[in-house]
Amino acid sequence: MKVLVAVKRAIDPNVKVRVKADGSDVELNGVKMALNPFCEIAVEEAIRLKEKGLASEVVVVSVGSSAAQEQLRTALALGADRALLVETSAILEPLNVAKYLSKVIDNEKPQLILFGKQAIDQENNQVGQMVAQLIGSGQATYASSISYIDDQWVVEREVDGGSQTLALSVPAVVTCDLRLNEPRYASLPNIMKAKKKPLEVIAADTLGARVKEHVRLLGVAPPPVRKAGIKVGSVSELVDKLKNVAGVI
Amino acid sequence: MRTLVIAEHFAGQLTAGTWSAITAAIELGAETDLLVTGGPDAPAVADQAALTLGLHRILLAQGTMFEKALAENVQPLITSLVADRYTHVVADASSMGRNVLPRVAASLDVGMLSDVIRVVSTDTFQRPIYAGNAIATVQSLDPIKLLTVRASAFAQAASQHDRCEVMAVDGGQSASNIRFVSEQLTVSERPDLSSARVVVSGGRGMQSKENFALIERVADKLGGAVGASRAAVDAGFAPNDLQVGQTGKIVAPDLYIAAGISGAIQHLAGMSGSKVIVAINQDAEAPIAQVADYMLVADLFEALPELERVL
Repeated sequence: MKVLVAVKRAIDPNVKVRVKADGSDVELNGVKMALNPFCEIAVEEAIRLKEKGLASEVVVVSVGSSAAQEQLRTALALGADRALLVETSAILEPLNVAKYLSKVIDNEKPQLILFGKQAIDQENNQVGQMVAQLIGSGQATYASSISYIDDQWVVEREVDGGSQTLALSVPAVVTCDLRLNEPRYASLPNIMKAKKKPLEVIAADTLGARVKEHVRLLGVAPPPVRKAGIKVGSVSELVDKLKNVAGVI
Repeated sequence: MRTLVIAEHFAGQLTAGTWSAITAAIELGAETDLLVTGGPDAPAVADQAALTLGLHRILLAQGTMFEKALAENVQPLITSLVADRYTHVVADASSMGRNVLPRVAASLDVGMLSDVIRVVSTDTFQRPIYAGNAIATVQSLDPIKLLTVRASAFAQAASQHDRCEVMAVDGGQSASNIRFVSEQLTVSERPDLSSARVVVSGGRGMQSKENFALIERVADKLGGAVGASRAAVDAGFAPNDLQVGQTGKIVAPDLYIAAGISGAIQHLAGMSGSKVIVAINQDAEAPIAQVADYMLVADLFEALPELERVL
């Protein structure tokens, strides 16, 4: 079976983001970028499916600028077989990305399409579900375990009140949550090997997707700052403050 | 202009997040309807919802296909109701809202705004990005605007004595590409984490699942909910549905007590909107101190039992 993993280049999770002085956006110039952590979990899961003999090929795909090749190489170093970059310099709106990805899926015909549940930059949490709709498949979002039983993907997913298990026919869309696995580190020999693995660049406008601007960013502001707190010396002082100053108990 | 709110219910009650979504929808200033979907308990939920102040109509779609609120079954219903008739669709940014609404957006060929925290105008909204480290103001250019709203940012809608109309609607489907297998839902006597007035959370500093009982006892004394940091959930001290943070529940209670939580960015993203924050930690320099109104530097295993006694 072929597994397709969609990944995003996003800000490194350890970097503290700053809003630009003119309030137009956040500052990404010269900021360290990485494979979005949830996408890393999706790549890891695909590689494990291959190691278990369930997947025969793992293809990673990203939509974005040429710089995203770096993250595709990371995924190849982790163990993916080949990579595709749908290259565009446009702002990455979820529905447009989903349309490009569905065109890629039409061509590649995978049996499982994995996503991170959300990217840590825009935090939209939309693309996987949109792709599922566009290609007419079932979806299991926020997956914490994936298995293949009787020709169906059986996925346990985290929901607000606990967990839920769904069975999906092939092809299925699954978005990966934190507790699905712990991603491995790429070894140096694998990083070297990844340089020779195939990475195909496809110009986005050759895919025939009808994309347009849906949402316009008007500005970005830093969040409200909390005023400095105080240290309390004991439990009784704390309770006194909560009762008589804050009035919350 | 007309707005449709997607209701969510559990154990025969509308969720707290639905009440908040109704408030956000009413702020848009248009006639607002509420869609209740579900199995045999849906009509009673619709009846209860009909007493909400500010709603124009309740649309009730009852059927076994809606029982587990599968996105594949609910989406065709919402799409057919919305197309041509509604300009706005609002849902709570719960695991259900986030699961269903992007499918509706793709089916209508419109974009979607996730986790809205403020309605600026009928087409402009604010939402946090980068784990709450920036607030984006965004404008929807589509004829139909779809949004999920963060429940903690909107008050709950009030009720009234007069009932609005409940109208049965048809639609939806039993999708063949997906099947519900099972679910394990946490049953708790405590208030719902997302809407509780008091939340007491434990982190890695709690050291074990057994020690989490100290957190629970303080929460019970305060009539509050129990939360956990990602580190505590990953270590198996608490179940995943108690996780507070960027990728867990977003909470904004009147009082948030963080015990043994260092305050990673992703945790702060889930609770920094709380009115009063208390941190109990052995490390006075832990990042949580930067958002805490009251910081108690103490041994958790002495401070928590003492807190339980004093309260």
